Amino acid sequence: MTTPTTVTKSNGAVLEAAGVTMRFGGLTAVRAVDLTVAPGEIVGLIGPNGAGKTTFFNCLTGLYTPTEGTVSYKGTRLSHKPHLVTQTGVARTFQNIRLFANMTVLENVLVGRHTRTKEGLWSALLRGPGFKKAERGSEARAMELLEFTGLAAKRDHLARNLPYGEQRKLEIARALASEPGLLLLDEPTAGMNPQETRATQNLVLAIRDQGTAVLVIEHDMRFIFNLCDRVAVLVQGEKLIEGTAEVVQADERVIAAYLGTPFEGAPGDEEAAEVDAAEAHATAPRSAAPQPADAAPTEPAADGTASGTSAAPGTSAPPGTNSAPGTSTAPDENAPNGDAR
Amino acid sequence: MTTAPTTNPAAAGTPAPTPGLLPLPARAARIITAAGALATAASTSMSWTWSSEFPGDLTYYGSPAGLQLITLTGALLTLAFALAGLGIRGLTALTPGGRNAPALFAALGTFAATWFTLAAIAVQLGGLVNLEPGGFLAGITALITLVGALGLPADHTPGTPPHGPWQRFTNSCAAVPTPRPAKQLPAWAEILLIAVAFGIALYAFTYGIDAEDGAPFVGYLLFVALAIAAVHRAGLINRLTALTHRHRGIALAAAFISAAAFPFTQDTDEYTIIGANILIFATVALGLNVVVGLAGLLDLGYVAFLGVGAYAAALVSGSPESPLGVQFPFWAALLTGAAAALVFGVLIGAPTLRLRGDYLAIVTLGFGEIFRIAMLNLNGTTGPDVTNGAMGIPNIPNLEIAGFNFGETHTVLGVPIATYGNYYLLMIFVTAFVVLVFRRAAASRIGRAWIAIREDETAAVAMGINSFRLRLLAFALGAALAGLAGTVHAHVVTTVTPEQFQFAGPQPPNSAFLLAAVILGGMGTLSGPLVGAALLFLIPAKLDFLQDYQLFLFGLALVLLMRYRPEGLIPDRRKQLEFHETGQLDVPDVPEQRLSDDTTGATKAGA
Repeated sequence: MTTPTTVTKSNGAVLEAAGVTMRFGGLTAVRAVDLTVAPGEIVGLIGPNGAGKTTFFNCLTGLYTPTEGTVSYKGTRLSHKPHLVTQTGVARTFQNIRLFANMTVLENVLVGRHTRTKEGLWSALLRGPGFKKAERGSEARAMELLEFTGLAAKRDHLARNLPYGEQRKLEIARALASEPGLLLLDEPTAGMNPQETRATQNLVLAIRDQGTAVLVIEHDMRFIFNLCDRVAVLVQGEKLIEGTAEVVQADERVIAAYLGTPFEGAPGDEEAAEVDAAEAHATAPRSAAPQPADAAPTEPAADGTASGTSAAPGTSAPPGTNSAPGTSTAPDENAPNGDAR
Repeated sequence: MTTAPTTNPAAAGTPAPTPGLLPLPARAARIITAAGALATAASTSMSWTWSSEFPGDLTYYGSPAGLQLITLTGALLTLAFALAGLGIRGLTALTPGGRNAPALFAALGTFAATWFTLAAIAVQLGGLVNLEPGGFLAGITALITLVGALGLPADHTPGTPPHGPWQRFTNSCAAVPTPRPAKQLPAWAEILLIAVAFGIALYAFTYGIDAEDGAPFVGYLLFVALAIAAVHRAGLINRLTALTHRHRGIALAAAFISAAAFPFTQDTDEYTIIGANILIFATVALGLNVVVGLAGLLDLGYVAFLGVGAYAAALVSGSPESPLGVQFPFWAALLTGAAAALVFGVLIGAPTLRLRGDYLAIVTLGFGEIFRIAMLNLNGTTGPDVTNGAMGIPNIPNLEIAGFNFGETHTVLGVPIATYGNYYLLMIFVTAFVVLVFRRAAASRIGRAWIAIREDETAAVAMGINSFRLRLLAFALGAALAGLAGTVHAHVVTTVTPEQFQFAGPQPPNSAFLLAAVILGGMGTLSGPLVGAALLFLIPAKLDFLQDYQLFLFGLALVLLMRYRPEGLIPDRRKQLEFHETGQLDVPDVPEQRLSDDTTGATKAGA
């Protein structure tokens, strides 16, 4: 039961989430999300804040019990008990680092070995040869992982005293200690500078090369598109699209989800024009009349399409705006409209 | 490598020392301190009072006695530190940490003990007329020593420049952050040092436990607290800790032997009973440390497990009042007590351990009271007759193991060991067993999982730790260890009543005191709860005359301790870092060595 042997049943996928739905009372945080991760694959999960990415992660790892849907790992249904999920072979890191702050670096990784060793209390009290062998084995494996993540020199430091980037690495090392077949990373580069992000990218690739599939949540688009074989986009709890980096990048809905709403259709344009005019109106009196251009340089190019709309502020714009050496024609057209009223 | 770093601190230590409280030249201050200490030591061989009514009989010339011994010890300690400060060869090894703060603390301790003694004589015998010239001399010389010590410059100025006298005083009390590295000694010398240290500890403990209640014990406490501060500031305690880490087995053996030697220093059973009770209390505290210190579960009803063990042992002890009417051999009684406590622990733990934090604390508090009230009610009228209600189970016979009757006096090595001495020696073995269990459990996969749960339960669970099962295991193990101690407790007190197992009370074995012992000593450490329990038992037992103020002073002491040393007397390395963020103590040996290597490399390059 614990070690999945029924690989034949699955179509080779490491992780298969089908129709995962999570409701909190009336709120549906995740709605019918399907996701598969193939062996040796790095899959990205992106989406705006509040899209339900972490909730989806929590459903996968058993911290939440999904309201509907199933999650299987290599063909076996995953339990809803987090410690059993880890034992089965899914390990995770946390969005806000959750290390064992007052344990040393080495001890943190050794805790990660918990599911892969069996020595119980009796064995610890009697200290037989089996116990010593297991402890030595665990320590050797933990040191390997620390070498792998580049933390070996800090083995005896307290986790809380590591710099931020190394704490992230240690969390990954701790998760790897449980010998997972699938590693879930929740925003591994949050708060990192570009060099650290690149180092993390290399680390994730190295983990993949060792045969562990990776599912990663991230906001850093360059990181995601450089790294992932496939990217799924989660918006308001629903999966919008899934595909390669190019496909996702080109998808209009994704851009809309991230950058805000539509550039087609009249009502949106009207509102945009209204806002523009109001801004122009608000800034013009404050800045001296000769250079009202300052008010407009940030006007989006999208306004270019919004020509000939009738929406305009109720109050009249000062005449000065007329002469604005505009970035686009839209403000110029709006202003006379305002005057006309 | 061994020689180069030793020169470093000396070179760094010379520039512009901050002056102490009194503006004296450093050398003059050291000489005054040394001379004063010498004179104080001499004064202890004179008579301090004419009457032998004062405890300890301080009337003899030529032989220091009672509290004079404390003054003598303090004076010699001050003298040694002061001479080390003067750079006398061979003595400098005494002060690897700092030269002046230790002398100051030793002088303070001597002064406090001496003046306290003189005041006690004057008050108890009714006036200063009762002091002989020796007493006055001691007081004056102790004062001179203190004045000299207050003129010593500060060893180390921690950041803040001295503003005003108070700042100068606290500066001169500050410890040097990085003591001088130790010279490599041959292994036999290190082992000898460990043996000597444990010998001194045994002597100090025996002196304290034998000290008469009242003034002599207070004088002893005052002095010991300040002397420990002095020795700590000198860096000797750190050095000793390093030695015991290097020779772990030998240190444990030395601790065991010196603990076992205690009854052999006693003529009567008067104080061995305190020793036996301390061991019982300490063992239970160590069991509680598994639950609170390692797994982080706040248990406010822990004394109930001691009670379960004690009642189980009492019921099978062959006491005429026991309804069972059986008499188990000791090993079976021991197992019964531990097993009963274990079962009780699992029964209480299984439903309650699903709670976290404060909720768990409240529920365990409730269960502790339920146990006591249930034992009260199992008296034949309000329930089945099992425990004899408030009367308890009296007349528990003494143990007999393989023909060795614990109630009789046996002469071992020419020293008569009476009842409580026997129980004390038995408890030594029980305590050693519990120490072994604690150590091995803590340094294992299970112990790491406990600490992980304490640190961050969600993360621990995500690492594959079955939180509920491990918490239950901690609870059950702690309960079983307390039950073990409970079986011996039943035979030591001979009557087991429900009132012995309260949540809080003025006498030690109760839940509040147990928790206090763990926190006072240091959570999660091995020796912390042992020290905490010894203090918390000894002090109330010896300060009986304070009566109603005892609990008040106890509370005050706890508040002060939590304010100034929240990690406990013997801190866990982790806890110490947690509470004192700025200290860079955790940087392990390796980088430090690398640092000193670099600096020596730099100086070499410069030269």
